[in-house]
Amino acid sequence: MADIDFIKTLATALAAGTPVLYATLGEILTERSGVLNLGLEGMMLVGGMAGFAATAATGNVFVGVLVSLAAGAALALIHAFFTCSIGVNQVVSGLSLTLVGTGIAAYFGKPLVGQAAKDSFQAIKSPVLSDLPVVGPILFSQNLFVYFSFLLVPALFFFIYRTRAGLNLRAVGESPSTADAQGISVVGTRYLYTMAGGALVGMGGAAISLGSNPNWQDNITAGRGWIAVGLVIFALWNPWRALIGAYLFGGMEAFQFSLQVAGVPISSYFLRMLPYLLTIAALIFTQWRLKDRTGRASSAAPSGLGLFYLRRERG
Amino acid sequence: MSLKQRVVKEIEVQKYLITSLPPRRIYLSTAVLAVVTPVLSVAVALLIAALLLFSTGKDALFILTEIFHTSFIENFSETVVKAIPLSLAALGVALAFRARLWNIGAEGQFYGGVLVSTALALSFPNLPAPVIIPMMVAGGLLGGGIWGLLPGLLRAWLDVNEIISSLMLNYVALLLTDYFIFGPWKDPNGRNFPVTASFSDAARLPVLVDGTRIHLGLVFAIAAAGVVWILVSRTKWGFELKVMGDNLKAARYAGINITRNIVIAFVLSGALAGLAGMSEVTGVAGRLQQNLSPGYGYTAIIIAWLARLNPWAIILVAILFGGLVSSGFTMQRVGVSSGLVTLLQGIVLFCVLGGESLYRRLVYQTALRRSNQSQVKE
Repeated sequence: MADIDFIKTLATALAAGTPVLYATLGEILTERSGVLNLGLEGMMLVGGMAGFAATAATGNVFVGVLVSLAAGAALALIHAFFTCSIGVNQVVSGLSLTLVGTGIAAYFGKPLVGQAAKDSFQAIKSPVLSDLPVVGPILFSQNLFVYFSFLLVPALFFFIYRTRAGLNLRAVGESPSTADAQGISVVGTRYLYTMAGGALVGMGGAAISLGSNPNWQDNITAGRGWIAVGLVIFALWNPWRALIGAYLFGGMEAFQFSLQVAGVPISSYFLRMLPYLLTIAALIFTQWRLKDRTGRASSAAPSGLGLFYLRRERG
Repeated sequence: MSLKQRVVKEIEVQKYLITSLPPRRIYLSTAVLAVVTPVLSVAVALLIAALLLFSTGKDALFILTEIFHTSFIENFSETVVKAIPLSLAALGVALAFRARLWNIGAEGQFYGGVLVSTALALSFPNLPAPVIIPMMVAGGLLGGGIWGLLPGLLRAWLDVNEIISSLMLNYVALLLTDYFIFGPWKDPNGRNFPVTASFSDAARLPVLVDGTRIHLGLVFAIAAAGVVWILVSRTKWGFELKVMGDNLKAARYAGINITRNIVIAFVLSGALAGLAGMSEVTGVAGRLQQNLSPGYGYTAIIIAWLARLNPWAIILVAILFGGLVSSGFTMQRVGVSSGLVTLLQGIVLFCVLGGESLYRRLVYQTALRRSNQSQVKE
């Protein structure tokens, strides 16, 4: 244990947690509108692959990010069409989206496998702040994805809880028929936020392939999309708690890696299980707290989550 | 519109759904749905795949006919071999889905069964087949059942989302398998490849058809389909599962022991996936190696859903998807990434789901319109 550089580990934790954070924030936005999208793993892979390919083609990382946003949104559009317009079961549609996404990333990403990114987001030391002891190297010597997430979390929190549009979003997720009666377009809102969330998830993929791990390989996300779905529950659909969850995951990822590097006599295969087991533990903790407080294991999910809304009474 | 009016209206629509179409036409349209929707959906899926291939500069027609020819005519026996683990795992998944328990962990449960049966095969290389094979069958069921137990328990006691917990365990199972084949179980004579030693001949499932690799697992799969069919449609427990799936609240008020049923459903579901793993490792590979499953557990989910959870339909759909899975090698031969297999599965599922839902919407809207017209006349 002695050889672990804790400051470096924590800095890696932030970098490793950021892709998951984007995916979690995207899914929070989507689920707040009442749409459960289990296609995160596929959308992250396609976002990462598309961003990587666009960067390789143009040499510009920002083009790569834009393409990853578009790719995530495009896949989410499929899900929105199937679940909101024709009423396919959201769980099954999300699962097929994962398959489609994984397949697209494997099929179109094949020529890219093993390549290093042509350009990627390097860690930028912010002036003055990065010279602070401890906090400097952890928080202010990161890549642009990390800095942008510092802005995105409070912005999303403000949007969801403090603006009219955010109120409408929550209304659609909690009680679609009430929102409909208020004159809010349920289907339109769901399309909008499913796609906006999908774009963020796609960018989460790019945050891996152009940020924390700038090269391309098959299944580069290694289940991070699914972990993000779990973290949404842990976060109780709140962006700030998503930040905690994502950094907890990133911390575990960085910690197990430091342990491997430090040569701890535990097989690396067991160490690599830790992030997945942590996700289960986080869910158990969440449900246990809920049960403690409310007397039964209820869910904090938006009430309309997973349900198809069809306006019936119009004559 | 007041609540009362709305309820009256809804009843009206439902009535039209039932009565306005003469019974025979309902039967006819259901039968047509059952045949046309999947066929049309698969056709659309193939069209999309062809367009995809075409857009990347491949000879789409040649590739698709080549795949069809190899999977269903030339090498049909390989398709059946692939259909064995697929149908076993899909039967397990379907059992859980019946109660709307989303067991996405068939892949991990598959490896649970693989690990226990491999442990047995490696520890008892000298036992005769009539002893070791039943032991391994029990071991496969047990290993898969253990892997399904945890998400079941968590769901039953704390309402922990079973999608996430069962899925996370897939990664854990894969890493555990890697640990064993790179570590304690690595074949000392295997030139450092990550494989275990070959099993003794007694610990291999016998081949059923000479000249092919079709093994005893086929019998397991058909027997399992029978057992699941009886469980689901001929026992009280199966009915309880169905009630839980349709309406959990109603099931609770009816006094169904939900906690117990969730755990049992998950364990049985996992056990069947474990049996799939056991039959694959002892029937086909003969030793444990990396990537034993090309994603059987995930494909099983699609199969279960497309077969509408019907055990006999699962066998048929599994053969269809067995062809798709075994076409991975054909694709590599003609120079296409095997990622296309996953992609095709996803597209087929989307098309079938979309087709069914659209059909249901159409029927509903027709009834709605007719009920409105009749009101105007009145």
